[in-house]
Amino acid sequence: MKLLEFLKRERKKSASVAKERLQIIVAHQRSQRGQPDYMPLLERELLEVIRRYVHVDDDAIQISLDSEDNCSVLELNVTLPKS
Amino acid sequence: MAKIIVVTSGKGGVGKTTSAAAISTGLALRGKKTVVIDFDVGLRNLDLIMGCERRVVYDLVNVIQGEAGLNQARIRDKRVENLFILPASQTRDKDALTQEGVEKILEQLKGDFDYILCDSPAGIERGAQLAMYYADEAIVVTNPEVSSVRDSDRILGRLGSKTQRAEQGLDPVKEHLLITRYKPARVTSGDMLTLDDIREILAIDLLGLIPESEAVLRASNQGVPVTHDASSDAGQAYTDTVSRLLGEEMPLRFHEMQRKSLLSRMFGGSRR
Repeated sequence: MKLLEFLKRERKKSASVAKERLQIIVAHQRSQRGQPDYMPLLERELLEVIRRYVHVDDDAIQISLDSEDNCSVLELNVTLPKS
Repeated sequence: MAKIIVVTSGKGGVGKTTSAAAISTGLALRGKKTVVIDFDVGLRNLDLIMGCERRVVYDLVNVIQGEAGLNQARIRDKRVENLFILPASQTRDKDALTQEGVEKILEQLKGDFDYILCDSPAGIERGAQLAMYYADEAIVVTNPEVSSVRDSDRILGRLGSKTQRAEQGLDPVKEHLLITRYKPARVTSGDMLTLDDIREILAIDLLGLIPESEAVLRASNQGVPVTHDASSDAGQAYTDTVSRLLGEEMPLRFHEMQRKSLLSRMFGGSRR
């Protein structure tokens, strides 16, 4: 039975794995395009500050900078764990 | 007025210099007055691929620093009329390149040529930055391989933000995708990203597809750009690429696996 399953199992082609990985990383890169160079550091330091008070995961923080006509808005989104 | 085209990629070893040499040769063969500039200061190689390494006297940095004139530094190609090479410096470091210097050289060349090709070094530092800064168009050389595709996307980001066109709010740099080292047999077996995968991920127009070819190494061994090897697959693929660059419609070739005939299987097949 095991052998039959093994034979029937289709190996996932490496090219499609490559494509999926690229789609994710490229989407991530694009979301950072045009953002100032200090953003990754700002994000890390903000995370450190928050962690002094609450424990949050690495991916619990999202920041983005949007420019409008005459001002920029820094949006900070932190998901806190249920207390 | 010349069109300035940067040949770039981010990642090293994907075929920028081979492509810059082949495309500039192709443009000159089509009667376009072309100059190809090596921006890889400290690691010049374009001269070797173009087969003029023993005729280099002055280089890009000499011209920028006023030690030689452009006419002294540029090398006339021996095989094609209308083709010139401006080599990079071998001894200076990359900080010898200045933005003002590069701008001045390009301004001077613009009046004299139809096409100026800038062969960018790998990476995203000074040389690469200056090679793309004044570009009107960009040829992004990409291999069907994850790190190359990712780096190409990074370069596309910079073309859209760190060029003169982007900074001055002019029409954006026209981006072209050139896929090199493509192996149709591995694509068919599912172990290589397909042409359409790469197009979909990078979302730019395809300018050409160059198959992995023995002719490329043969060409660089001899210092004769592969475009001159008109019987080879890579030579023909570059010729098609040049036609598309000139605005002609060309059907895509060499992207599908060739079935070998019985005869060619028996006798080793045709020269590729």
